[in-house]
Amino acid sequence: MKIIVCAKQVPDTETRIKIAPDSRHIETTDIHWILNPYDEYAVEEAIRIKEKNPGTAVTVVSVGPERSTSAIRTAIAMGADEAVLVKTENENPDSRAVAKALAETLQSMEYDLILFGKQAVDDDNLQVGPRVAELLNLPCVTFVAELELGDGKAIAKREIEGGIEVYETSLPAIVTAEKGLNEPRYPALKGIMMAKRKQIDEKQVALEAPAVEVSKYEYPPAREGGKIVGEGADAVPELVRLLHDEAKVV
Amino acid sequence: MAYSVLAVTEQRNGSFRKVSYEILSEARRLADELGGDVAAAILGNEIAHLAEPLAAYGADAVFVADDPIFTNYSPEGSSKTITELVKKLEAKVVLFGATAMGKDLAPRVAARLDVGLATDCVALRVENGEIIARRPMYAGKVIAEMKFNTSPVLASLRPNVFAVTEKDGASNIQIEKAEVPVAQNDLKAVVKEIIARSGGKLDVSEATIVVSGGRGMKAPENFKILEELAEVLGAAVGASRAAVDAGWRPHSDQVGQTGKTVSPNLYIACGISGAIQHLAGMSSSKCIVAVNKDPDAPIFQKADYGIVGDLFEVVPKLTEELKKIVEK
Ligand SMILES: Cc1cc2nc3c(=O)[nH]c(=O)nc-3n(C[C@H](O)[C@H](O)[C@H](O)COP(=O)(O)OP(=O)(O)OC[C@H]3O[C@@H](n4cnc5c(N)ncnc54)[C@H](O)[C@@H]3O)c2cc1C
Repeated sequence: MKIIVCAKQVPDTETRIKIAPDSRHIETTDIHWILNPYDEYAVEEAIRIKEKNPGTAVTVVSVGPERSTSAIRTAIAMGADEAVLVKTENENPDSRAVAKALAETLQSMEYDLILFGKQAVDDDNLQVGPRVAELLNLPCVTFVAELELGDGKAIAKREIEGGIEVYETSLPAIVTAEKGLNEPRYPALKGIMMAKRKQIDEKQVALEAPAVEVSKYEYPPAREGGKIVGEGADAVPELVRLLHDEAKVV
Repeated sequence: MAYSVLAVTEQRNGSFRKVSYEILSEARRLADELGGDVAAAILGNEIAHLAEPLAAYGADAVFVADDPIFTNYSPEGSSKTITELVKKLEAKVVLFGATAMGKDLAPRVAARLDVGLATDCVALRVENGEIIARRPMYAGKVIAEMKFNTSPVLASLRPNVFAVTEKDGASNIQIEKAEVPVAQNDLKAVVKEIIARSGGKLDVSEATIVVSGGRGMKAPENFKILEELAEVLGAAVGASRAAVDAGWRPHSDQVGQTGKTVSPNLYIACGISGAIQHLAGMSSSKCIVAVNKDPDAPIFQKADYGIVGDLFEVVPKLTEELKKIVEK
């Protein structure tokens, strides 16, 4: 079986995001880059499938600048076999451009299953997986919290409000990973050493002009928090009064 | 007739989700500014009766895709149907809810139309005849203003953020069948079953009040006190990742960067420290209350109101006091 995981490098979730003086970019100095947390679930799932099905090969594909190799190496250290970097100069191509670059790359590859994270935690666009599915004319189940493969088919459980949709789909298919799909492993030292030496294939793809562009970044309005009503249960009546009369939320 | 704005509504089991009224009201507002009409789309099975009441939220026309393939959500069926409808209407703006359905459907339609999409928007405005979308990025650490270089403009709107405007007096509403350009046999991925979560309880992403518990809850059975509070308020119960990872609550309850984004009117955080990844999911709540025994917990910097104290004393008292108000 051949599995492809599409993964992105993103800022660590602890990173303080700084807007550049031109208001149109994010400062990339001082950012600690990691493998997108949702993509970790995707990588982990691929490796678990490989462990259960000998002969399975897992390939990681990432679209991004040169530095993305560190996220790719994390995936290899976790157990992925091969890697492709679709190298771009643009720091932040939009989802349409990324999906097209991926679709073009994947077209010449073999796969039974393509895994994505449900979203990248930088642009939070939630688009690339389903867009690639449409471009490649593949079935796709998003936000998957449980995946079972059998005989040319997959059963995927998708999280919705107040419940779970149980999908059946033919393979090949695209699945995007939700938290809860699995518990990603920490790479073992051996994997980390191996990942350092691993050859990463590089591809160049011309990116399409953006369909949506950021014209301005702003910081969200600061919350004027810090109003301590009081201590312990004695403060409750005053809190309830404030919620009722001042905030008018109850 | 030119339909400038199409609102893709969402219904389940014959009732609309609140977000449908939110996007329809926003569609009306935009159409009034852009000049043009508002069309709504409904997908479902035997749902024709749902069309007419949408006039009250500003729809001039409703297109009903009534077909057994829409008994449950169909990603392939819905995306093809909506894409064809957008083309037929020559819609300039298409709005979706940023719900599980909308987040799945919108990018597919965008790919089919080969256009851009702004996901999970918190505001839209018209500037020189163009739509500008505002949306949080980097888990809400920044807000980005987006401009579109392609047409139609596609956007999904974060639930609970946009106002619902109802108008009085029935106006003329045109009701039409939407074409469903797919057959059951064409579908490769289908929903076989929907498992409702215990008691079909309210989802945190949709609730107007959310009561959340963290590691400070100490044990799964203690969440009972939050459920009692939630019951009084008609709220949903959420959790921090620490509580979820400990196995006290299901993943679907997690609020935060790798959990759900919530925008309720009231968010009550109990025994939650306020780590940056948790704040990412709830800081756009209109009013935040924190109960924590550590006066230095970062959650107090975001909370509108805080009580420093033991949640096991504060929460039951809060339930008791709120009951008095609610009963009034
Ligand atoms: C990639 C990544 C993604 C993440 N995503 C999320 C996410 O989506 N959501 C999320 O929540 N976290 C997320 N986290 C985890 C986050 O960093 C924190 O670890 C987590 O939010 C802490 O949960 P907590 O506040 O419940 O626990 P703690 O930080 O342990 O805080 C418990 C609090 O309870 C208080 N307390 C204890 N007992 C009582 C009592 N009796 N009465 C009152 N107060 C009491 C304590 O003072 C303390 O402040 C993520 C982390 C990473 C690295």
